[in-house]
Order: sequence, then structure tokens, then C-alpha cells
Amino acid sequence: MEQYIDLAVKAIFVENMALAFFLGMCSFLAVSKRVSTAVGLGAAVIFVLTVTVPLNNVVYNYALRPGALAWASPELADIDLSFLGFLTFIGTIAAMTQIVEMTLDRFVPKLYAALGIFLPLIAVNCAILGASLFMMERNYSLTESAVFGFGSGVGWALAIIALAGIRERLRYSNPPAGLRGLGLTFIIVGLMAIGFMAFAGVQL
Amino acid sequence: MKFLRDLLDRQAHHFEKGGRLERLYPLWEAQDTFLYTPGEVTREAPHVRDALDMKRLMVTVVIALGGCIAMALYNTGYQAHLAIAAGTAPLDTWQTGAMVAMGLSFDPADLWACLVHGALYFVPVLVVTFAVGGLWEVLFAMVRGHEINEGMLVTGMLFPLTLPATVPLWQVALGITFGIVVGKEIFGGTGMNVLNPALTGRAFLFFAYPAQLSGDAVWVAAQTGADGYSGATILARATESGLAGVTPGVEPWQAFIGLVPGSMGETSVLACLVGAAILVATGIGSWRIMVSVTVGTLLTALLLNTIGSVTNPFFEVTPLWHFLLGGWAFGTVYMATDPVSGPATLSGHYVYGFLIGFLVVLIRVVNPAYPEGMMLAILFMNLFAPLIDYAVVQSNVRRRSVRHAG
Repeated sequence: MEQYIDLAVKAIFVENMALAFFLGMCSFLAVSKRVSTAVGLGAAVIFVLTVTVPLNNVVYNYALRPGALAWASPELADIDLSFLGFLTFIGTIAAMTQIVEMTLDRFVPKLYAALGIFLPLIAVNCAILGASLFMMERNYSLTESAVFGFGSGVGWALAIIALAGIRERLRYSNPPAGLRGLGLTFIIVGLMAIGFMAFAGVQL
Repeated sequence: MKFLRDLLDRQAHHFEKGGRLERLYPLWEAQDTFLYTPGEVTREAPHVRDALDMKRLMVTVVIALGGCIAMALYNTGYQAHLAIAAGTAPLDTWQTGAMVAMGLSFDPADLWACLVHGALYFVPVLVVTFAVGGLWEVLFAMVRGHEINEGMLVTGMLFPLTLPATVPLWQVALGITFGIVVGKEIFGGTGMNVLNPALTGRAFLFFAYPAQLSGDAVWVAAQTGADGYSGATILARATESGLAGVTPGVEPWQAFIGLVPGSMGETSVLACLVGAAILVATGIGSWRIMVSVTVGTLLTALLLNTIGSVTNPFFEVTPLWHFLLGGWAFGTVYMATDPVSGPATLSGHYVYGFLIGFLVVLIRVVNPAYPEGMMLAILFMNLFAPLIDYAVVQSNVRRRSVRHAG
């Protein structure tokens, strides 16, 4: 149990997808203007990550890794399909995103409209694919990948919600003309990364 | 005095709109308000619903810092003299030369010598901070047409107090530049920034030049690294060996008065308490934040005491020591209560303070890379302050809409 808590804390704070690896920046910068939308996207990312990372773990362990197909028949034991990793991971993620999109459209149309184009774009959000690739590289087990996926999602959601809070408050600021909008947002993301460095090197 | 007022008024037209020196107006305005109370009070952020002028607010903070400044002068010299008395060589700097030239001894019992030696380290850092920070402030004020703000006075006072005595002056210049420009001016100046400017500059230096801003050899102005006299802060010793690293070397009263190595102005809990009393009595610092930071620290430290750890001796450090050591008191009183970078809602203050207290203990204990957690805990919570406000306001809206629905 303890190791899973460690893993989750690490994924949320120490190795924050957005502020330590700077993954998923496009939607991070674009959908952080309002807190309510950021919460919606954050929740969607948490869900997609929690589902796709273990799913990809299964796909990788039982179809792609060298010798993975041995369970089907002994003749297939020396087949190595790991070069298909990117393709299949993206496929799984795209399918999951479609399901989330249809669910939201049916049950929460307001959030669906607010997220707009960024919901289908979750499919190509680098944080999502990044988490699956980290899972592959670090050889996580099925449970570990579920915890890691959930933690990464929570970390990313936390970062985008905090950024949205800051950007809502920035309406009262008066930056130089050239920095208004995205320019200042980039700088804030940098300052946030400094803040998150508080956890760099945490040993649990 | 009448003569001076007339002189100022006669020159005024040069600086007003259309005058020859129009661009220098912020400079002129600054020295005018410095000499005389202006007829106008601040109308814009950071304060929106008070008749108190920002000048008075900021000056009160500077007065509240008085004790810390005095201790910075004395303790910097005292720590250096203690090390020298224990057989460490003095630093090979112009300060040492000046002390010898003035015929002052390196005696820890000599109050005057300690003060002078401390001043030789603290004053240059302070001067560089104000010269460079002031330059940026004036430059932005002139180009962007806002007033030169007393916020700079507080930032310029806080920043040097958070630095070790041996910090190179060019790093001071760089740090205050980052703090003022990136931490404040690009957002539009005082009242509009997200992070505390002094802490932003300090954190920038901390991550960019760890060799000069952390470790064991930078805190005491003597050659402590070489001679076996430990110049490590007590928190760093606690990271090594827990409570055993703390207690034999130092009594609680020493840490309370501030006679321990550390950043120049942060060591004295007593001076911070006096400052806290001034800030709370004048209503400028939020007692809610101070109290909740204390509660957060207390509960978290007790919790970690109870859990215990075989591998990490810092778990056993008691709440009392967390209060007395490092920048805890300084950060709680002067940094966490910053009205700009903290939350604006009153119930938000409790959440914000409690989480700072929680985080500071956590960073100190579980992150061996940073034995001092106060700066990072406050910076981290600065990031979430707008969100706390948002949550408080939303829950208010929800409660009232429920109440008036029926």
C-alpha cells in the first residue's frame, strides 16, 4: 500500500506532468482562462489517464513487448512488436477520448460546449501519451500503472486549475502591452515551476 | 520648511504634463511624497476598500522590521566573532581589513565590534538592493507612467534580510532584479503581482546559485568550511542527525533571541514577535494567517513525531524547534501575511495559513535537499491563493443563492 501512496505523491507533486516535464502544454495554456473550464478539462484528463495507462499496460504486456505473445502460442514467443508502441497507445487513447466525449455530450452538454475543440484534442495531449510511455519505460505493473495514471492526471489537473485561478486574478493586473495574454502566461508557468521545485528531491 | 515647499512647488511645472521633464514625473512625485504627505491616498490595488494610504501601510511594515534589522546587524557580527574566537580564520575580505584598520577586536563579547562587523556585511547588501531595485522601479515607473511605490521599500527591506552574510553583491543585484522585474513589474507593479517579489528573487538565487545560497559554509562570515568549526544552520544539522543535531549545540532561548547561524535577518524569533505585535495591532498583518500557520506547523510536526521514522531522523524534531529555527517566524510574520500574494478573503486566510504550516514541516522533513522549507512553502501557497479565494467566493455565492431561492 505504502509504495502506491509514494507513487501517487511522486506523480502529483514531484514529477508533475505539466510543471516538471512541461507535457500537455497546448491545452494547459489554452484552456486555463477560467477556473470552471479548467476543472472540467482537469477531470477529463484524470479520467482518461486513469483508464488509458493501465489499458496500455495490458496491451503492452500481452501484445507488444518482446515475447509478449507467448501466451497465444509458443511459436510466437520470439516476436517483438514494441515498434508498434506509439501507434497502439495513440489508438487506445483516441478510442477512450471518443467515449469520454460522447458521454459528456450526452450527460453534461454544458461542459461539453465549454471544452469545445480541446476535448477531442486530449487524444493528442502529450501528457496522456507521455504517461503511457513512462509506464512502458519504467516497467510498471498493472496496479502501479493505474495509480501512476491517476496521480499524473491529478497533478496535471491541479496545475491547470491553479493556473486558471491565477489567470482569473490577472484581469486586475496591468502588464506591458507586448506581454498581455499568452506571453505573461508563459512567464507564470515558469514561476509556477519554481514553486513546484519545493518538492524536487522529496524522499518518502 | 516653508522654503522647501515653495521650492518644490516652483519646480513642479517642469514635471507635470507638457513640462520639459515630463518623463521624470514619477521621480519628482516620489521625492515630493517622501518629504511631504500628499493630498491624495492610494486609490487602486492592492487595497480596494480602505482609506489607509499605501505609504503608511508599507512604512509600518518597515518599522515592524526594525528588530530584525537590529538583530541582522548584531548577529552577523556575533556569529563571525564566535567562529573566529573558536579558532577559525576571518574571511579574506575588505570587511576584515576595515575591522583591523578601525582597530576593533573580533571579540564575541564586544557589542560594538559585533554591530560594526555585521553592518559591514549587511549595509552593502542593503545598498545594492535599493540601488538596483530602485533603478528598475524608477525605470518602469517612467516608461509605464505609474507611481514609484512604497512597496519597493518593503521588498527592498525583506530581500537582504533573507540572504546569508557572505552572498556576493552581484548576486544580490541579480536576485532583486528578478524579484522586481519578473516578480512584480511585468504584472503592472505593486498590488498586481502573483508571487511575493522578495521571495521570488530569493528563490531565483537559491535555485540558480545553490553554492552561495545554501550549504554549510555560507552562513557565518568566517572561513568555517576549512577549519572544522561548523557553520551549518541548525536545520541542516537536524537533517543530518535529527534532534541530536539540534539540542547539544543550542539552547531554545538562544534560538529564540536569534543567536544562531542563518540568513542575516531571519534568526530572531523575538524580533519577529515584536514585529508581529506591531503588524497585528495596526491591523496591517493578518493575525488569521499567523495563527493558522502556527496551528498547521504544530499539528503537522506532532503528527510526524507520532509516526516516527527509522531512516529519517528529522521526524523526531519537536514543534517547538520548528517554530524557533530557520525562517519560520520571519516568513510567518512578514512573508505569509503579504496582502498582495496571499488570499483576500478572510476565511481563505485560515486555509492558506494552515497549508503553509503543513507544507513547511513537510518540506523540511521529507525533502533532505531543502532543510529550510519556509520560503518554498510560502511561494507554493502563493500559487494557490487565487484559487482559495475563488473557492471561498463560489461557496458564498452558492450559500446565498440557496438561502434566497425559496
